[in-house]
Amino acid sequence: MKAMELTDLGPLFEALHGAGRTVVGPTVRDGAIVLAELSSADDLPHGWGVELEPGGYRLRRRSDRAAFAHSAGPQSWKPFLHRPRVKLWEADRTGDGFQIATDSPDPPRYAFLGVRPCDLRAIAIQDRVLMGGRHTDPSYAGRREGALIIAVNCTEPGETCFCVSMGTGPQAGPGYDIALTELLDDGDPRYIAEIGTEAGAAVLADLDAAAARPADVDRARAEVTAAAGRMGREMPAPDLRDLMAGSLGSARWDDVAQRCLTCGNCTMVCPTCFCTRVTDTTDLTGDHAERWQLWDSCFDPDYSLLHGGAVRSSAKSRYRQWLTHKLGTWHDQFGSSGCVGCGRCIVWCPVGIDITAEVDALQAEADSP
Amino acid sequence: MAPTLAVWKFASCDGCQLTLLDCEDELLALAGRVEIAHFLEASGAVGEGPYDVSLVEGSITTPADLDRIRHVRAVSRTLITIGACATAGGVQALRNFADVREFASVVYARPEYIATLAESTPIAAHVPVDFELHGCPIDRRQLLEVLSAHLTGRRPDVPAHSVCFECKSRGNVCVMVAHGTPCLGPVTHAGCGAICPAYGRGCYGCFGPSPAWDGARPNTRALLPWLDMTEDETRRVLSTFNVAAFREAAVPEGPGDDAPA
Repeated sequence: MKAMELTDLGPLFEALHGAGRTVVGPTVRDGAIVLAELSSADDLPHGWGVELEPGGYRLRRRSDRAAFAHSAGPQSWKPFLHRPRVKLWEADRTGDGFQIATDSPDPPRYAFLGVRPCDLRAIAIQDRVLMGGRHTDPSYAGRREGALIIAVNCTEPGETCFCVSMGTGPQAGPGYDIALTELLDDGDPRYIAEIGTEAGAAVLADLDAAAARPADVDRARAEVTAAAGRMGREMPAPDLRDLMAGSLGSARWDDVAQRCLTCGNCTMVCPTCFCTRVTDTTDLTGDHAERWQLWDSCFDPDYSLLHGGAVRSSAKSRYRQWLTHKLGTWHDQFGSSGCVGCGRCIVWCPVGIDITAEVDALQAEADSP
Repeated sequence: MAPTLAVWKFASCDGCQLTLLDCEDELLALAGRVEIAHFLEASGAVGEGPYDVSLVEGSITTPADLDRIRHVRAVSRTLITIGACATAGGVQALRNFADVREFASVVYARPEYIATLAESTPIAAHVPVDFELHGCPIDRRQLLEVLSAHLTGRRPDVPAHSVCFECKSRGNVCVMVAHGTPCLGPVTHAGCGAICPAYGRGCYGCFGPSPAWDGARPNTRALLPWLDMTEDETRRVLSTFNVAAFREAAVPEGPGDDAPA
């Protein structure tokens, strides 16, 4: 399908808002590029980049006005689709029993602007987990089914990125409605837009945009290809599933347990971690009860808690569970890896535990005689 | 007949029991469900025991406290401790790491009149406790959750995980990673709703250490090098309302369920 050129994202915002969509995309807040509801293209982080390291994130000023020359931020799209807190139902006592209400307001019709290829794959993985089996999560499905996805190919990978190793980027794979590539001329951005679906085509048709010149399309491809050579990290091991299965007794787990705080940050920033718990609450009168679904984590002390105690009661067994599921048994359960190479768990770990370094060490231990 | 509620004070500032009066919107509903029989901050009228539920604030610091807490236990069907003093000894447990007789000799003209113990200890060190609610002060919503759960006969939803769980659920940007602000959130018990990070401040550890794997303690030692603080600053940040609990927490974790071969 033909690519278009957008010299300005203002008309795109107008078209999306005109269609009744809530536009969510990157913007600067509290010293980071977060994802939030945007009112216009002016809210985009024009001229901002980031510096990343294990346990460290800093904004930096760029010399140009690029809006998408930054890598994964503190959140993924997970908080918008797979919300941290969802009320499942509430009940009120009646004269001879109780009445259950499950009414929930219609979910917003989202347009996600600036979905990175790694995060696009992460959404596909959560689709598989939360909608692809026998049981669908209705809250997730309601938000997901109406969402329009505008991906942005990566031309500026970060120091902690390794999407190439995981096969998820820097070129967006399937699943987008529209994919943009940002080109900079004298510091000012313009965009090559490629169409992924009919819904995407309909949005672009309203913009009265010009067809992209073949030379610009080639340049966009070349810049994304070049980005693949500038990944800050690499995930070793050709077959992570086998490595994980063969490493359960590795001494490296003791080493990482000395550093891990079991604070759960890695699971909450991970765009594919999906675990939830369910809790029932009652009010003081005892006449009103609510059931809530909340984000959970395999690092929560209550996770795996059965009669008699927790199945995994050490930091070592917790971290091993998280990593071997993410990279190993996820294949058995869902037919793919659970890691997309976004690097968030490296950056937002308060003590800088680096998933690629841990796998490196496990590989080295497996290779040693 | 409505169950009776009693509120007791030991060595403390009264802030936690005042959290009960701070439940303005829910106070009438609470008074409709329980008979507040003993609550000196609210009324001098004291109903007779025994009591169905006792909320106990404060730590044990005097020989008289030792007798009185046994009496409170004896007249309470359910005993719930509230706040850092009652659950961890409070800021007054700084004496546990010093000589309290020397303090008394400096502060009081006639120190021989002062009857005090060498250590400030939590209630659970002396009598069986049915539930511990952490915080300095405790959180209003959590207090209502504990009381509602008790009245309904269910487990209160008071998770023991770190403040980071609440912080990330709230959508805060991590002040430690993004701003370099020292924060005790990763090793601190949740419950406050991550108030300080929501306003750009690091966590002070008001709710005490978390998690506690089957009696083991959080990995505080692994966090300290990342706080970018001097040794003296580190000692001081761990020496506040939960000083005794955090000092314990600096002991490395045991092997847990999966000891190295």
